[in-house]
Amino acid sequence: MAVLVLLEHAEGVIKQPSRSAVAAAGRLGEVHGLVAGAAVGPAAAAASKLPTIAKVLTAEDASLAHPLAEPLAALLASLAPGYTHLFAAATAAGKNVMPRAAALIDVQPISDISGIVDAATFIRPIYAGNALATVRSADATKVITVRAASFDPVPAEGGSAPIEPVAVPAPDQSSRFVSAELSKSERPELTAARVVISGGRGMQSGENFKLLEPIADRLGAAIGASRAAVDAGFVSNDHQVGQTGKVVAPDLYVAVGISGAIQHLAGMKDSKVIVAINKDGEAPIFQVADYGLVADLFTALPELARELEKSP
Amino acid sequence: MAMKVLVPVKRVVDFNVKVRVKTDGSGVETTGLKMSMNPFDEIAVEEAIRLKEKGLATEIVAVSLGIAACSETLRTALAMGADRGILVETEVELQPLAVAKLLKAVAEREAPRLVILGKQAIDDDMNATGQMLAALLGWPQGTFASRLLIDGDGAVVTREVDGGLETVSLALPAVVTTDLRLNEPRYASLPNIMKARRKPIETLTPAALGVDPTPRLTLVSVAEPPHRQAGRKVGSVAELVEKLRTEAKVI
Ligand SMILES: Cc1cc2nc3c(=O)[nH]c(=O)nc-3n(C[C@H](O)[C@H](O)[C@H](O)COP(=O)(O)OP(=O)(O)OC[C@H]3O[C@@H](n4cnc5c(N)ncnc54)[C@H](O)[C@@H]3O)c2cc1C
Ligand SMILES: Nc1ncnc2c1ncn2[C@@H]1O[C@H](COP(=O)(O)O)[C@@H](O)[C@H]1O
Repeated sequence: MAVLVLLEHAEGVIKQPSRSAVAAAGRLGEVHGLVAGAAVGPAAAAASKLPTIAKVLTAEDASLAHPLAEPLAALLASLAPGYTHLFAAATAAGKNVMPRAAALIDVQPISDISGIVDAATFIRPIYAGNALATVRSADATKVITVRAASFDPVPAEGGSAPIEPVAVPAPDQSSRFVSAELSKSERPELTAARVVISGGRGMQSGENFKLLEPIADRLGAAIGASRAAVDAGFVSNDHQVGQTGKVVAPDLYVAVGISGAIQHLAGMKDSKVIVAINKDGEAPIFQVADYGLVADLFTALPELARELEKSP
Repeated sequence: MAMKVLVPVKRVVDFNVKVRVKTDGSGVETTGLKMSMNPFDEIAVEEAIRLKEKGLATEIVAVSLGIAACSETLRTALAMGADRGILVETEVELQPLAVAKLLKAVAEREAPRLVILGKQAIDDDMNATGQMLAALLGWPQGTFASRLLIDGDGAVVTREVDGGLETVSLALPAVVTTDLRLNEPRYASLPNIMKARRKPIETLTPAALGVDPTPRLTLVSVAEPPHRQAGRKVGSVAELVEKLRTEAKVI
């Protein structure tokens, strides 16, 4: 028996969080990858190149053109009998489909694992990461989403697994994709970036987020935000870092005008190096920052951009 | 068409409280802590009330599952504007699969056209119950909703996804889970808090609903996360850049 990993893909590329899920699954046994879509050729080819994948299953059907939970969960449930575990990254798509698949096979899913003890025992953060729970599953099949920031992804190249099509269950007509409004950015994805610079309510406006751009350009950084900045409409929802947003663990995280609420810390406190820029020297963010700068961001950010321009 | 809305509301440790792990590692210390309605569930109740105010919903039924004190959470929902409450009372620690099975049984009795849940309970951080309920009922799901439109026999849900927003159209009955941007929940006014005391709460049990709520996951232990040491303050931007280059070596 093997572990089946649902692979998210876009434009023929397997997304990095899925490669982290493959890495986690590899600790438990042989890994099979599942690529679902309306035209899966390029993504299946990319999946077969992931080292450590023994087999790629492809599910090609018009009903799978968009990753809707209803058909995907039915597909996963139909494949479950051949597997000890079903894995996916704890992304918006993974969180949407995996619990649905789990319920179809009468399994209690284990969400957002950050560690693996053995084939039935997993570690997951609870209470906004203020506690780490070790839980053991009594279910025959384990259905799991993986916190990508906790597992280094497998490389994108190196393997050559065989590709095998599988049958797609008859589509459920109860839900329909209407449209997507995706943020376009030349920057790295938040969950894959080596450097992240995030702005909070202290940024005061969406316009002021431009102050982060020259710095992000220079450092090859992704731009993130606190909930308060998203709620205020400074940036779009996909920027939110935290307990109920994205979880990141880059080499460098720069928090600008962010107070450091536990819900924000939950999404970034495993970063290697944390920098905080805040005008309030008592802000809780300084309790987790390796380097803290007490300063007004409106003077510090332009200065930081200039300083980075100077070669070391 | 008369539309009943079911809103599951969970009693959780208030989001402002930082919990502590018990010294014997057996769990999280919750005694004596401030308890509140899960924030995402407040958003769910608010959304249901707005549907009723628009004349789209006819009745709002709040459901809470757990110990007797969950009736306080139901009172909060009633004070916000829900019409009646159902308490499914049990001492058993409930996990999402059991909650979903119990909610399915409640949904079968109540026949709602819409169930609105929070996307995530901020204690267990599972983000699973709504999806599981939808699966058990065989209904479509619109998770992480930032906009909900009811139109005739369907719901149009805009969802917060990793790349931005996605809109799906669902046939009713359906399950929706709330994200933070769906609305800003109201506070209950004093008169409404008083009125809520007279609204009915029915008490049921898992046995009466024919559901075995036994947990599938055993809690082996709970540990503190690794503690992060505060570093030091730097005096200037120049010093910060110099430290990041030569000491931390991250740029
Ligand atoms: C259910 C729930 C889920 C949540 N999920 C998340 C989540 O996923 N992510 C998240 O981030 N939050 C989340 N929150 C919100 C969280 O509790 C905080 O409200 C939020 O993180 C605060 O954002 P902030 O730090 O930007 O704003 P504030 O707390 O208002 O802090 C702004 C900071 O900017 C500083 N500042 C102001 N002006 C300047 C200046 N000119 N120069 C320098 N510094 C300045 C201030 O000193 C202050 O420290 C959640 C809350 C709830 C209830
Ligand atoms: N014990 C409960 N009582 C009522 N609603 C619950 C309960 N547990 C979970 N829910 C609902 O399910 C949502 C998601 O919870 P979870 O899947 O545990 O993260 C919550 O926001 C509630 O709407």
